[in-house]
Amino acid sequence: MSSSTFAPPRLLLACAAPAAAFFAAFWLLPAVQLLALPGKLGWGTYCVVLTNTRYLQSLLQTLGLSLAVTLATLVLGGLVGITLARSRFAGRKLLLSLLALPLSFPGVIIGFFIILLGGRQGVVADLADALGLGRVTFAYGLAGLFLGYLYFSLPRAIVSYTAAAAAMDFPLEEAARSLGASRWRVVRDVWLPELAPTTLACGAIVFATAMGAFGTAFTLASKFEVLPITIYNEFTNYANFALAASLSITLGLITWLVLFLSRRAAGPAAAGA
Amino acid sequence: MKTPRQVSLPLVLLTALVAVFMLAPITLSVLAGLVNNYSAGLKSGLTLRWLSEVWELYGGTVAASLLLALLCVLGNLLIGIPCAYALARSRSRMARVFEELLTLPVAVPGLATALALILAYGQISGFRQSYAFVLVGHMVFTLPFMVRTVSSAFQRPELYSLEEAARTLGAGFAQRFMGVLLPAVLPAIVAGCLMVFTLSVGEFNLTWMLHTPLTRTLPVGLADSYASMRLEIGSAYTLVFLLVILPVLWGLQAAGTLIEKHHGR
Repeated sequence: MSSSTFAPPRLLLACAAPAAAFFAAFWLLPAVQLLALPGKLGWGTYCVVLTNTRYLQSLLQTLGLSLAVTLATLVLGGLVGITLARSRFAGRKLLLSLLALPLSFPGVIIGFFIILLGGRQGVVADLADALGLGRVTFAYGLAGLFLGYLYFSLPRAIVSYTAAAAAMDFPLEEAARSLGASRWRVVRDVWLPELAPTTLACGAIVFATAMGAFGTAFTLASKFEVLPITIYNEFTNYANFALAASLSITLGLITWLVLFLSRRAAGPAAAGA
Repeated sequence: MKTPRQVSLPLVLLTALVAVFMLAPITLSVLAGLVNNYSAGLKSGLTLRWLSEVWELYGGTVAASLLLALLCVLGNLLIGIPCAYALARSRSRMARVFEELLTLPVAVPGLATALALILAYGQISGFRQSYAFVLVGHMVFTLPFMVRTVSSAFQRPELYSLEEAARTLGAGFAQRFMGVLLPAVLPAIVAGCLMVFTLSVGEFNLTWMLHTPLTRTLPVGLADSYASMRLEIGSAYTLVFLLVILPVLWGLQAAGTLIEKHHGR
């Protein structure tokens, strides 16, 4: 593996140079400028998310929503993944592909789906109306946002857990059962430890994606404000560039840190996961 | 082959429920784009009227998105593949640092990247108002996917000996790269291209900030139609997106199976 004698460093440098130049010009340099911008209004601007109650509330709401969505996604995705890995039925592969499909949808489409389900003309409103409950809508509040975020998070969890559960150690579980372990003990002592690497990696990605998601909340024009929407409003409606930059830095630091720590905790063994 | 294991009934029911939650909106949206009147439902009859209206109103965004995605793939091929090779072969610390930096546009929300790009280059109006501005954003975001996919293919042990063999037979670097290495990692390159294409076509978080009224893409048009058009048009437009993305995803899956079959996991 170590023989790289036929690839002299100069050659490798030349190979990496175009990508490095592009990345430096269009990400690194702009990012440094973004980092420096709030400083022009004084150092306090960096902590504006903590000192301004409106921003702080937006941050806390986003954190709470993302945590709740991550938790729900991991539980549901884990159970569905285990079930799909262990069942054999016609159309199973097709179902798996269909469940993975929303991974490539932009957030706006998922916002629209929630409107189709829970909006003023939505299916739920029709059903509730038919039952005499009036036109129930949930698309434009916290419930709609939660379901939308769940919708774009679940495919990733289902795909990862199905793959992980297929590779699980079944004899161990059978041994535990035959020794009289209860269903709950099997879950705690066999499922959870075996699926822990997937839970860690998937949980971090789902959380980071939920924190930074913009399209879904944008389409729903939700009354429940999340940080990306706050940033967007500051930038577009109020032209507060320094404040928008400060909030983006906070958000970026959180998502990067979560992903970084999860990879750190997983160690080099799970680098490919 | 493992024998199928028993799955308890509650788990099956839960899975069915989740599957309905995931698939019902897609079905609903496809149907809504094809019926005459959404509130009247299927009774009002099927029509292609909404699709043709979408084509008239937003046809340009479909063409723009496809072209943009193709250019994004092309750009990734040009700068991403040599970079993937360099990162796969280099043992230096610098290379690891660069690899880490390269993934930042994925780790950080698209909104932040878009803001940074606008702050840095928003004043250059010729650039700001062209599709090149959106393209640059898409490339920054997709480059790590291409580099990572192809780089891990370059790291396969048998490729080292293959390259060494070609070298001892007198092949120069260009000859080894084009004649031996590239064909060997071709499935990974194809998978990377399809992935980049899908990501670019569906990208919204960056694009919404980077676009101008004259540089709209498919997802930008979607957001516009959801906000201002009737439900049937939004649905028909969503159907157009599905029709664009499905063949690519199917190809991606085929490429994935091919790689697995040839090289194992």
